[in-house]
Amino acid sequence: MPLPYYVSPEQMMKDKAEYARKGIARGRSTVTLEYSEGILLVAENPSTLLHKISEIYDRIAFAGVGKYNEFENLRIAGIRHADVKGYSYSRGDVTAKALANAYSQALGNIFTQDIKPFEVEVLVAEVGDSNGARNEIYHILYDGTIEDERNYAAMGGQAEEIRRFLKDHYAEGLTLDAALQLGVRALTVTQNKTLSEKDLEVAVLDRTKVRRKFRRIPVEALGQLLGTGR
Amino acid sequence: MNEPPRWQNLFNDYANASFMDILRREAPHLIPGAPSGGQDAAPEPPHGTTVLSVRYRDGVIMAGDRQATAGYQVASRRIEKIFKADELSGVGIAGAAGPATEMAKLFQTELEHYEKVEGENLSLDGKANRLSQMIRMNLPAAMQGLVVVPIFAGFDEKAGLGRLFKYDITGGRYEETNYDAQGSGSKDARDSLKKLWKRDMPREEALRVTLEALIDAADEDVGTGGPDLVRGIFPSVKTITRSGFQDVPDEEVRHVVETILGDRTRNANGS
Repeated sequence: MPLPYYVSPEQMMKDKAEYARKGIARGRSTVTLEYSEGILLVAENPSTLLHKISEIYDRIAFAGVGKYNEFENLRIAGIRHADVKGYSYSRGDVTAKALANAYSQALGNIFTQDIKPFEVEVLVAEVGDSNGARNEIYHILYDGTIEDERNYAAMGGQAEEIRRFLKDHYAEGLTLDAALQLGVRALTVTQNKTLSEKDLEVAVLDRTKVRRKFRRIPVEALGQLLGTGR
Repeated sequence: MNEPPRWQNLFNDYANASFMDILRREAPHLIPGAPSGGQDAAPEPPHGTTVLSVRYRDGVIMAGDRQATAGYQVASRRIEKIFKADELSGVGIAGAAGPATEMAKLFQTELEHYEKVEGENLSLDGKANRLSQMIRMNLPAAMQGLVVVPIFAGFDEKAGLGRLFKYDITGGRYEETNYDAQGSGSKDARDSLKKLWKRDMPREEALRVTLEALIDAADEDVGTGGPDLVRGIFPSVKTITRSGFQDVPDEEVRHVVETILGDRTRNANGS
């Protein structure tokens, strides 16, 4: 009987991480920004049917980059988690923190136990109430690493550059259109093309809304917010 | 070899977008109508009494009185019997208040869950059918006296009109074209609607007809609560139209109720 190969754990993890990072780097990026009335999520996504950003629960949104089928699975798992929890306790008890932890566990397990790691990064955002509760943004990496971000977050191929750009240009208390314009500039920071509203998928968690805060911004409204005269 | 990937145990794998199916697998005790331990006859639980739904020009109106009774006692004067199911539909509950409220809550979650997972809404027929399955699941409890018979109404975007459905305790679903009422005062409300309902009524008229029927039900049926001018409790009335599910404000209901009562006092009709 042939002996199985020996691969040192360090090498195996390194290889897996490199594999996952390469997969993610091929995809387009997503940025998330806090603005005066909530949280804005902007993704470069020419498809109007396959979403990268979606609603999880009343105050919680989800964004994913990387391989579509993999983050789609995670998105649906998240909706199930949230709906069961909200039904058995109360709607207010569904939190982004618990969900982000579940994602972190899931991705961590996949990374260490499966041969092929998920090539995804996901983000869970929860908008705070108008009574001054703060927003929460969790960014979960392919290996289950979880980070909690403030003000802005970036995921995907050019995340490093985008983060650097946002660090220099982000200011607190942005209006929605200012935040959107900043987000779109950030997405193009490493490319020398401009993005029109047709290349974007945009949604907000709007704290002024009742109950379900998630709202997609349709293409027509996007044109206006971006200032069509550009 | 064929076991599912380990990470899925954290969430579990479900084939479709039904929240109810998840609940049945994950937490069957939370399903309305699930058998509970004891078989002893329980003390009589609160019952909701009259709900009705009326089709009019822009869609449908749903309304209900605010009283729940336990035997010959008033259990609650301010219970809410009309629930928003989603943006374009609502459920009115009659029967055992506890299981009925729970069923309405499950139904809301079911619709929202489908919408989030699939990215689009169920058709109105799909929603009505789903509710019928829930009522069927409640049949064992119904046989023990915990009967739940809702009315479901909504705006059908494809057909561009309001539609309403009534149910029986086995989950049988019957579409009504004009109006329907459910609960202990339903016969009186239906009798009233039979004389007053007209095709393509504008909103004001539909509102008046709806409240006339509820007042008649309260008049004839001991379980149904009438408008309570002393405490300021009025029937809850909602409209469901192309632009969504909306509450009719209490002041407007009060105004219509006062007009009706004023007319009846003056002409001694309905006495």
